[in-house]
Amino acid sequence: MKRGLALYASAAYAFLHLPLLILGVFSFNSARFTLWQGFSLTWYRAAFQDPQLAEAAWNSIVIAVAATVFSTIIGTLCAYGLWKRDAKWLSGSLYLSLVTPEVVMGISLLAFFQWIFRYLHVQLGMYTVILAHVAFSISYVVIVVLARLRTFDVSLEEAAMDLGATEWGAFREVTLPVLAPGIAAAALLAFTTSFDDYVITSMVAGVDSETLPMVIYAMARRGANPVVNSISTLIVVALGLLIVGSERLQKR
Amino acid sequence: MNGLRRRFLAPAALVMGLLFLTPLVIILVYSLLMRGTYGGVSSEWTIENYTRLADPLYLIILLRTFGMAGAATLGCVVFGFPLALFISRAGARKNLYLQLVILPFWTSFLVRTYAWMFLLRDTGLINSALKALGIIHEPLPLLYNNAAVFVGLVYGYLPFVVLPLYATLERLDKTLLEASADLGAKPGETLIRVVIPLCSSGLRAAALLVFIPCLGAYLTPDLLGGSKTVMVGNLIQNQFTTARDWPFGSAVSLVLMAIVMLMLMVIIRRGGKELI
Repeated sequence: MKRGLALYASAAYAFLHLPLLILGVFSFNSARFTLWQGFSLTWYRAAFQDPQLAEAAWNSIVIAVAATVFSTIIGTLCAYGLWKRDAKWLSGSLYLSLVTPEVVMGISLLAFFQWIFRYLHVQLGMYTVILAHVAFSISYVVIVVLARLRTFDVSLEEAAMDLGATEWGAFREVTLPVLAPGIAAAALLAFTTSFDDYVITSMVAGVDSETLPMVIYAMARRGANPVVNSISTLIVVALGLLIVGSERLQKR
Repeated sequence: MNGLRRRFLAPAALVMGLLFLTPLVIILVYSLLMRGTYGGVSSEWTIENYTRLADPLYLIILLRTFGMAGAATLGCVVFGFPLALFISRAGARKNLYLQLVILPFWTSFLVRTYAWMFLLRDTGLINSALKALGIIHEPLPLLYNNAAVFVGLVYGYLPFVVLPLYATLERLDKTLLEASADLGAKPGETLIRVVIPLCSSGLRAAALLVFIPCLGAYLTPDLLGGSKTVMVGNLIQNQFTTARDWPFGSAVSLVLMAIVMLMLMVIIRRGGKELI
């Protein structure tokens, strides 16, 4: 039975990893069609020379960085505030946002922005995408930082205050440094989810805020295009490195 | 102490209130309004958007969504349980094996879905390879059908069951397994009559954890499915884009939310709270 289980596990791991590995290998294929012709960097060169891709990549980075900064700060403060305490409405809505289907969040934000726009004369753009990303990233940040807080010894903070630190001082000098790895991990997580999001982004993006996932989606829809393989491989490698980094930080 | 911590909640409360709860309230209001002439909403109240869901046209989409989510959940549990069992018995390399399950889950969902398009489409790897080998002459219709959506969903959500099942298996009292073996049970018998019943609450919770995101799936049926595999998520998106019927789209969204919340309550009731 043991051998059978190991055999099964290798098949399962193949199922989980082969699709991306094959995509990665074929991103170096010299042919346009899906048969191996030889090694080449053609599709990477094409990806780097495409001005639309470059602009979308830049937009994605700007949006992800902004959303990460806001959601990490707000989420960390929130986790600290929620720690060992009940704030039913807030924690309830955070959990609810976690299970809300992306498409529902996307359309409700779109309806919300359009409603606001009736009174303010503005349009969808980068900032609506950033706001939407902040909204869905906060719950991830709160969960990761709360997990870190649960391992934190309250008496350290109390000791700091007995020794004359103010509440704020104790938070900044004692609690925050202990939380740092958790906060960094949360930030990386927020960055990757923001960078990768298609469903919500496509609903609230304006004409000037096309992101990388939106371009990839459009290209994938249009039909076979090896440039998608190369850009996908780059994204997987970059996000993979970020996540491995995040996991390392969380364990520290 | 409490003053500072209370104030720390304010920014998050503001964001969640403004960018999560208010939008939900707006679609609640929209779902009760008539559709406007040019696609917006008019100011007349109605419940017709909800009753329209009983139309066979939409009922079939709802049923298909439940069927597809159920099938994907079953697939995840059936394929995920042995994997979790394998990891829980892997000894020193447990963590590595666990990481290998989690890693693809965190890399881009869009790219992972695209990878299946690359494999399955008419000019994709599988069809090209079979053609080159002379096994087929016409490409097999592998993409844009129910099977492709099923594969995409199982692939996407397998980690959702493996992690909680692994946690359940880890907590399992090993002496019970030894007792079963001492009493003469073969490993297979112990698995079916001891391990699986002991995991039943974990299994149920894990199943719901997959079922919920599958109910709201949008990207997978959109990219891997065709016109015959439209799920609720696609119906909603369509109402807000091409169909321009926001009130109906809002009503469908809220029905979906209600179902998701109901499922969640079931999980919490069943004591699976620590899994969330």
